[in-house]
This record gives sequence, structure tokens and C-alpha cells, in this order.
Amino acid sequence: MDHNHNENLLLKPNRPVGISGYGAYVPRYRLPASEVARIWTDSQGSLPIKEKSVPGLDEDVATMSIEAARNAMQRAGVPPSRVRAVWVGSESHPYAVKPTSTLVAEAIGAVPNVQAADWQFACKAGTEAMVAAIGFVGSGMADYALAIGMDTAQGRPGDALEYTAGAGGAAFLLGPAEDSLAVIEATYSYVTDTPDFWRRPYAKYPEHGQRFTGEPAYFTHIIEAGNALMQATHTTAQDYQYAVFHQPNTKFPQRAAQMLGFQKEQIQTGLLVPLIGNTYAGAAIIGLTAILDIAQPGDRILMVSFGSGAGSDAFALTVTDAIRERRDRAPHTQEYIARRTQIDYAQYARMRGKLVMK
Amino acid sequence: MSSDVVIAGIGQTPVEEHWKSSLRELALSAIQAAEADAGGLRPQVLFVGNMLAPQLSRQAHLGALIADFCGLVGIEAFTLEASGASGAAALRAGYMAVASEQADVALVVGVEKSSDMVGAAVDEALATAGDSDHESVQGLTPSGQAALLMRRYIYEYDVERAAFAGFPLIAHANGAGNPNAMYRKAIKPELYANASLISDPLNIFDAAPAADGAAALILTRPGLLPPNFPNRLVRIAGSSMATDTLALHDRPNPLDFKAIRQSIERACEKARITPLQVDFFELFDAYSIYAALTLEAAGYAERGQAWKLAQNDAAPAALSLQGALPISTMGGLKARGNPGGATGVYQAVEAALQLRCQAGANQLPNPRRALIQALGGPAASVVTHVLEAMD
Amino acid sequence: MEISRHWRLRKQRYGLMGEICPHCEAKLFPPRDICPECGGEAKTLYQFSGKGEVYSYTTIYEPPAGYEENAPYTVALVKLDEGPIVTAQLTDLGEEQVQIGTPVEMVTRRLRQDGDERGMIIYGYKFRPVGLGPH
Repeated sequence: MDHNHNENLLLKPNRPVGISGYGAYVPRYRLPASEVARIWTDSQGSLPIKEKSVPGLDEDVATMSIEAARNAMQRAGVPPSRVRAVWVGSESHPYAVKPTSTLVAEAIGAVPNVQAADWQFACKAGTEAMVAAIGFVGSGMADYALAIGMDTAQGRPGDALEYTAGAGGAAFLLGPAEDSLAVIEATYSYVTDTPDFWRRPYAKYPEHGQRFTGEPAYFTHIIEAGNALMQATHTTAQDYQYAVFHQPNTKFPQRAAQMLGFQKEQIQTGLLVPLIGNTYAGAAIIGLTAILDIAQPGDRILMVSFGSGAGSDAFALTVTDAIRERRDRAPHTQEYIARRTQIDYAQYARMRGKLVMK
Repeated sequence: MSSDVVIAGIGQTPVEEHWKSSLRELALSAIQAAEADAGGLRPQVLFVGNMLAPQLSRQAHLGALIADFCGLVGIEAFTLEASGASGAAALRAGYMAVASEQADVALVVGVEKSSDMVGAAVDEALATAGDSDHESVQGLTPSGQAALLMRRYIYEYDVERAAFAGFPLIAHANGAGNPNAMYRKAIKPELYANASLISDPLNIFDAAPAADGAAALILTRPGLLPPNFPNRLVRIAGSSMATDTLALHDRPNPLDFKAIRQSIERACEKARITPLQVDFFELFDAYSIYAALTLEAAGYAERGQAWKLAQNDAAPAALSLQGALPISTMGGLKARGNPGGATGVYQAVEAALQLRCQAGANQLPNPRRALIQALGGPAASVVTHVLEAMD
Repeated sequence: MEISRHWRLRKQRYGLMGEICPHCEAKLFPPRDICPECGGEAKTLYQFSGKGEVYSYTTIYEPPAGYEENAPYTVALVKLDEGPIVTAQLTDLGEEQVQIGTPVEMVTRRLRQDGDERGMIIYGYKFRPVGLGPH
């Protein structure tokens, strides 16, 4: 790997691209981490988060993506017929074979003159759809492309992941920078083959490398991607009002922020994992929606995702004046978080299909 | 259609879970009883009323099946399906065939074999009577439809849920005197109050139990009766059918069972009577709310008031055997049991027993005229008949 | 497998696409090709807003086959702002008590699956109490 960080490393389209509309979704049910601890550890030890979001019995990545997409379309105010791509990134697509994206495209009225595809790269499937959409719009192939990251993550009962594996995500309608509420200044992607977490076909729950998921995987990729983007754009942590990172638990993004030179206040707004858990492909980007809900025109935002396997996509954004009139056209992310119904482990086991019914 | 059509023979099986009998055996049992009652008249045509056999017994084509099994091979035979009004539709078909002289003797059999499946499979089959694309797909069942109406009724007319208790109380009191009834025991109001919910606010006593049964009628014209016909003659004085939207949500006012009014008006017009000139009313009490909405649509009560007719206060309720307009005189669907598509034929058999003065413990004092009515779904199909004693 | 009978309804199921009568402007949902108001032919598509209120509701404790895993669930008659009433499940009820008159909005959810877990997933409209933005 050539570590000569210069502007040529940036993934930057010829035509400037921005976020025309964004939308979040978080299901309403919450499982406190203390409930998992009650069942599996006699409530010993510290908890990685306060609680995680759990999808209802009638929800999945398709239905959740539809709601987030509707919110994004409402904010953008763009007719659905102008959306030329619908891309959904997830590791919990409802079908192994059959696209989620066609369903979303149909539900928002974007069919049939549309590109549609499902993306998969563990927790960065959403940002890779965004990077691809930047290319799609930036090349002039299309004016608008919808990129979604959404998951209903599963952790094996009793596993460390069960405390945090949440549900939620976000949708972004990318379009020309001049019609955007935030301009995407540049992106950079950093990828190596690092097997820190995986799920084989037909396996219900993922496997993970425990402490191996930390330094060689999460931290290496996030730090390398974040630093490379900042160097290539001649910025430092101080130039950003906000930063948001992939957030598998509360500690990892806090430490990554510190390593990149960010202060606690810069990551506070986008750090949602304590209240909704790790939403996997939705984790970094739903943090971005919470930031956009309150950011002011001119604010700069750094976002770095992480997907196991492994890679990170880093984004530098600048908020525009359009944010003011668009952000209240759809529910704010904190409203979804505030709308909560607490459940216990038995209800959780039922809702997540852990009871043997046949 | 000027010829009188009379009921020459009646037959029925008890309504219960006939675990040991098949659909065809039940039909045969009722048909043999009706043939014996009719003094040997041989039918040229068989009309079968049934709603669920293709789903619950994996058996369609009941006309040929039953004609074959009952030793009637060769005759004209087919099935009529109108959900809970299937048997009543078969009766109407029999009436039209005989009145129009397309046939001299018609055999009408209503048969249902619900217990060939159990549990959720039966509810799934019952739900096919609703709008599959827009009601059943949402998990709505017939009980759910009744519950939606009951909730709205309670809201619009500001009545207590307990107001509906009168209907099952009357039905069960009457069922006690019917040897063919599924439930032959009166119930107390406390039992209703504490019953478990099927579909909130509808409880198990608001809903008639699905059960197996078969009933049969032999219809002919008076001149074709065997000599010395022993029974008091009962004629079909009026017959009609009306429909409403299949889905409840497509009606401007779901609490207005409009087809009931239309069907009763048409049947009474043919019988040259008003609805007030009947001595009893075998109505379709698959749900207590349906009994209330029926009485209101028919004009026997003001909107929101029908439940009062079922209250036993100082005097016996108006709808009881001692009242001015007895309903469900042999227990109705609630206590006799709900034999699905056979219901309309059971109602005719029971009304004929009353009019012949053969109703045993439940005999009304020399009744002359009966109104009988079966519903498919929430009165999406309504078949009404007026039966009259002839002497 | 019952694929086509659900597939052909996808526009109305996923997004409440109904019809408007070109003769009398009655708005129709579910779509039907003859206008019940004026009897004219009505096939012009019309996008419903998805807003409405509860006209009546019931919680179903004895579900038909295919719906057992979600029971008990609530089915309502929802009066849409545009006029028609539609039958639909209410979802995301949480602890809030539904009442006749509760304002609701359309969401797209899983209705059931066709047969077992190998079968197609059937998606469609449900409604939930209004509670989130826009402000």
C-alpha cells in the first residue's frame, strides 16, 4: 500500500455531488442491555450500551428501507420518476436471492426506469452504495440516486453481539451539488482482506474474531481512511464541526475519534449506539442523519464507516443553506429514538424469531 | 311463476362434531329422513348448499358426489355457494325449479363438514368468504368483521358490551328444547360477562360455534303430493335474494345491513304481507351483533335499539318464545350450532316443524307464518323466505 | 405458491395507489374499475396520502392459518382522508390505546409469507398512530 497521501487518492467525481434528501428509520422496540445480562451473566459486568432497537414482527430491511427512503424523498422534494438508481446495502436482506431494492423502488414509485441493486459489505454496505451513487450522479449518468444502509442485525443468544445488534439505518438521495443540503467534498476508501467477522451461507448468526475485531480491523481501517481523507483534503479534526464513525459499541468510536484528534463534543451528536445499538450497515449513516437534523449551513462533517472483511469509506461534507427548509419535512432521527417501547428478553426472543414455532 | 311450492319432506342430523361421519354420509342421513317424511316422492333435481367442502374436505363437485352416494345417479345436481347463505340459496334454487315447473320434485340439501379440519385451518377457510385481496390478506376473519361492527355499534349508539348478552341467552334457552342442537343448556348472564375474547370486543358467546350437520327438504307442488299426505302443508310464500358489497369497508355505513332490508322487502312483497305479519323470525345469529343489525335493518327496531328486544326485564323478552317476535326458536346458530352452508336448510326445517306444530318443547302456539333468513358474510349475500301454513 | 395474485396488486399494496373517477372525481380505494358513486368506468390512477383515522378496530385472538405468529394483532377499518374506508392492520401500537378517531398513517410492512419460510414474503399497507414529524 502506497501511503503517499495526496489528492489523487480521493474518490471525487467531475461533477460535484451532494445529499438532496436524507431519511432515518429506527423501529420502536428497545431491549435494555441489562436484559441480556440478566439472562446470560447473572447481570455481572459492565454493559456496552444502554439499550438496542428491535424490529417489530412485521418489519425487515425492506420495510425499514421503504420508510427511510420515503423520508429522504420527502426532504428532497424530487419526483420519484427522477430517481435513476435505488441501492440498498445490508447484511440482513429478507431474501438470500431476490433484491430488496426492487421492492423499495416500487414502493416509492421510482419504477420502472431505474437501476436497482442490493449491496453487501458487512457494516459498510450503506456507504459503499453512497460512494457508487456519487459516481453515478457525478459522472452525469443520472441526476438522482438513492443509497440506503439498513440492517436488522442478529447476534447469537448469549454472544457479546447480542447486547448491541440493533436495527435501523438511513437513506440518502444523492443529486447534483447545487440541489443539495450537504455537498460531498470528497470520499476515500481504504480496504484490505481482513477476516474479523463473517457469516457463512445458511448460518443464522455471524462469527467474529473477538479482540481481533479491534486493532487490526476496526481501528486500522477507520484511522487510515480518516487520516488519508483529511490529509488529501488538507483538513484536520479542528476543521469539522461534527464527526461520525461506525459504532459497534460506545467505546470504539470514542477511541477512534480520539486517535484522529476529535473532541468529545464533535462526535456526541452522531453517537447513537448507546440508545439504539449497532445498526450495522446503518450505524455510521444514521449518525449522519442525526447531525444533519441540527447542523448549520457551512458546518463541515467527517464520516468514516467500517465494514468487516474489511474496509472503511470516509466522507467529507459541507452543509448548505437548503438544510434549513428541508430537515423538518420528515421526522428527525431523535424523534425515532424517543419513540420507544421497552421489551423484555422473552418478547425479544419472540420478535427475533428465536422461539421454535415448528 | 304462479304455482305454489310446498315443503313435502324435511330431515336433519344433529348439529355437532360428527367425527365418525363424512360429508356424504351426513348428507345421506338428512336426505333419507326427508324422503321418508315426503312419503316416497322421487326428486328429479338436487341442489346442494355448501360453503367449505373444497377447502376443508378437499372435495368439490358435491352435486354428483351426493346424488351418487344417495342412490340418485342420473338426476340433475349441482352446488350453490353463497357463504353462510349457501343452503338458503339452494332452497331458493329448488323453489324456482319447482315453481317454474322445470322440475316436479326438487331435493335441497345443505351440508357442512367443518370438523374435517381443525383450528387455524378452519379460520383460514372461513376467511375466504371475505374480500381475499383486501380483507383476508390483512388477517381479518368473519369474527373480526363482526367485532369491527360491534365496536362501532357500541361507539355510535353508546351501549354497553353487556347489551349483547340477551341474544345468546335467548338462543341457549331455546337450544335446550331442541334435540338436534349442539348446546342444550341455558346460560346465565355472568357466564357471558366473563367469557374469553375471540376478537375484541366479541367474546365466545357472541359467536356461534362452527359445527357439522346436514338438513334436507323435498319441494313439490301441492297437486303432486302423495295421497293422504300426513303433515300440515307449508308453502313457500315468498323467496328472494339480495347482495351488498363483499367487503365491509366498501359500504357508506357499515352498520346498515342494507341487503337485509331489500331481501325482506322483496320476499314479503311476493308473499303479500308486511314484515310485521310473521309469527316468528329465524334470523342469522352467527354473531350477536348480526342479530341486532338484522332486526334494525328489517325494521323491527330503531337503529341502536334492537338489543333491548332481547332483554328479559319484568316480562319475557320480545324475542323469546313467549314474546311478540320469537327468534332462533330452535336455538339459532348460537345454540343449535352453526353448520355453515347448511344453515338456511336447517332454518327451513325448523320453521316447518313450528308451522306443522311438531316443534316439541319449543312449539309456538299455532304459528301461521315464518320469516327465515340466512346471511353470507356480513350480509353481503342475503336470502330470505316466507313460509306459511296452508290450512 | 400464489405469486401473481399478490404481484399484480403491488402498486396498491406497497403505496396505496388507488383510482379517481374521471366522471365524478370520486376517489376509490381499493381500486375498482366501476365507480360506485356514478357507475362510470374509473381507471385513472390516484395516489392516496396514507393519512386517515380509525373508524373501528378489533384485536384478533384466533388468527387464521398464516397469521398465527403475529397474533394477537389489531385490524381496523381506517377512514382515509380522501374518503374511502380501508381494512388494514394497525401496527407499532406500543402502549398507546387505540380509539375510534385515532389519527393514523400508512406504512409498508410484511403481511404474511406464502406458506413456510421458503415462500414469498407478502408486503403491504398497514397503519400506525400518527406521532412522528413533519413539524
